[in-house]
Amino acid sequence: MIQLEDLTKTFGAANRLVVAADRINMTVPSGEICVLLGPSGCGKTTTLKMVNRLVRPTSGRILINGEDTSGLDDIALRRQIGYVIQQIGLFPNMTVEENICVVPRMLGWDAGRAKARAAELIDLVGLDPHQFLRRYPKELSGGQQQRIGVIRALAADPPVMLMDEPFGAIDPINREIIQNEFLKMQAELKKTIMFVSHDIDEAVKMADKIAIFRGGRIEQYDTPDRILARPANDFVANFVGADRTLKRLRLIDARQVAQDAPALPAETAPQEAARLALAAGAPVVVVVDAARRPVGYVPAEALAGARGTLSGLAQPMPVTMPAQCDLRAVVSEMFTHDMRWLACTDAEGRFAGIVTQRAVTAALSEAAPAVAAQ
Amino acid sequence: MTRAVAMATASGLGAQVAWRLLALAAVVALVLWTGLDEQISPYWEDILYLTRQHVVLVAASGGAAILAGIPIGVWLSRPGMARHAETVMQVFNIGTTIPTLAVIALSMTLLGIGFAPAFFGLFVASLLPIVRNTYTGLLAVPAHLKEAATGMGMTPRQILWRVELPNALYVIFSGVRTALAINVGTTPLAFLIGGGGLGELIFTGIDLMDTGMLLAGAVPTAMLAVLVDFAMAQAQLTLVPKGVNPLR
Repeated sequence: MIQLEDLTKTFGAANRLVVAADRINMTVPSGEICVLLGPSGCGKTTTLKMVNRLVRPTSGRILINGEDTSGLDDIALRRQIGYVIQQIGLFPNMTVEENICVVPRMLGWDAGRAKARAAELIDLVGLDPHQFLRRYPKELSGGQQQRIGVIRALAADPPVMLMDEPFGAIDPINREIIQNEFLKMQAELKKTIMFVSHDIDEAVKMADKIAIFRGGRIEQYDTPDRILARPANDFVANFVGADRTLKRLRLIDARQVAQDAPALPAETAPQEAARLALAAGAPVVVVVDAARRPVGYVPAEALAGARGTLSGLAQPMPVTMPAQCDLRAVVSEMFTHDMRWLACTDAEGRFAGIVTQRAVTAALSEAAPAVAAQ
Repeated sequence: MTRAVAMATASGLGAQVAWRLLALAAVVALVLWTGLDEQISPYWEDILYLTRQHVVLVAASGGAAILAGIPIGVWLSRPGMARHAETVMQVFNIGTTIPTLAVIALSMTLLGIGFAPAFFGLFVASLLPIVRNTYTGLLAVPAHLKEAATGMGMTPRQILWRVELPNALYVIFSGVRTALAINVGTTPLAFLIGGGGLGELIFTGIDLMDTGMLLAGAVPTAMLAVLVDFAMAQAQLTLVPKGVNPLR
């Protein structure tokens, strides 16, 4: 847990005082990622760097896991905090292994233990230890360097990590991949992380909580969904963007809003299908094969008075989505195929329910009654 | 593939070594082919004696310049010196523009004649490139490396030894190499202020219009310069860490 209490930083002399951070109060609970977000010069980086004292606070307190850090000297404090910067800062004169071992060795680990840790960590980010440990940073791609930068910060297993726009210098495709890898790692490691970003999409993706900064103050500190749904003021609303409701689609999984619909073999009689659709309140019945994979569909209105079996009425299923993907992807596919609903599948490709446009809009408004009322 | 790259690099190194040795062999061959060895051979004893004197001058003044120049460069690059460092460097830069012969002459007016003024003059002439390259090399270490090092909890001393110096080493080495080239080339002038060395044969040879004597001084001086530069290039190649050495 990181607690900031009335944390203030001012630069310059008394007559021309610049307040970089103005009585910042916030708590990052253990195991959560808190993204500090705002335009440049808003004080987010200053606030981050006060935690490991790269910037010395003018006043206020910082507590890590309940302990006031002012009792620790700079060196001891920094060695127990992982630090990742945008430029990565791998030491070009050292191999990957030496880079990872820097902090453990300074903490007095013996060489064998530090090397074993380096191999374990590099394996964790999906790089082959035999191939990569002996390389020099210049022999790695940008994405590989950034991964090493992150695991170097994790080397001594610090409870707290500070990340200053860690994925800012990577191309969008690799950034997405590394963000996902990092979230997967974080789900296991449960570090307490402060993360500076200026990218609202990254913040929504990574954060458990977002702190929006302006002019050295926190404008709003809340979960991504509440920030998007109920911005505290015009500045926050403008900053998160006019499409903030669409951004919330990312925060909801398809399975959270999926509803049941009749999944029937092609031989089913239309009357029976119509009865089941009515009972389930579903706009369609889904035609499935023997393995319950969706292969086609029949709209409920086409069933009335029809004869024969569903196979004569069914239209081919244009697209299905995995149930664990977010609503943004689902809605995107809906628009692409001009559908008012979409079938979801589980990991084995079996039918797992449908997501309707109505369910999507309902989910967006029910999580945010204040917005719906406006 | 890594192996292929490593082999290519290794053969690149081999080629560099080979070229230098070839140049040296060419000088020797030239001496023999032109029959210079017969002109030079009467002075063999002088050559040995004066070469030793020459090498001692180069080693002493060059070594002292390295031992003094690198710490001065480090000291100037420290954050506490930031305000004054540029001023000091300006003084050093002006010093560099003074011809080495003038430095030697000025040194004589201060210290008289003999080994001491020669040593001092050569020391001053080779100090400048070492200080300048150490200073600029350390300043050129990217700020984000120092920030990462500080943020990881390295002490200022650890940052200097483990991050700044290794990353500036190539530039520092280039400075030392330049300094020694200047030093070896200037040392013959030491004879003019009584410092001895191969200059004795060269200048006396000129005065007496004795080509043999002149060459007995000039050829070893030239070969010494090539050898020193060759040794420095090898040292730069092997001592600068692989990750920051553009030659590897």
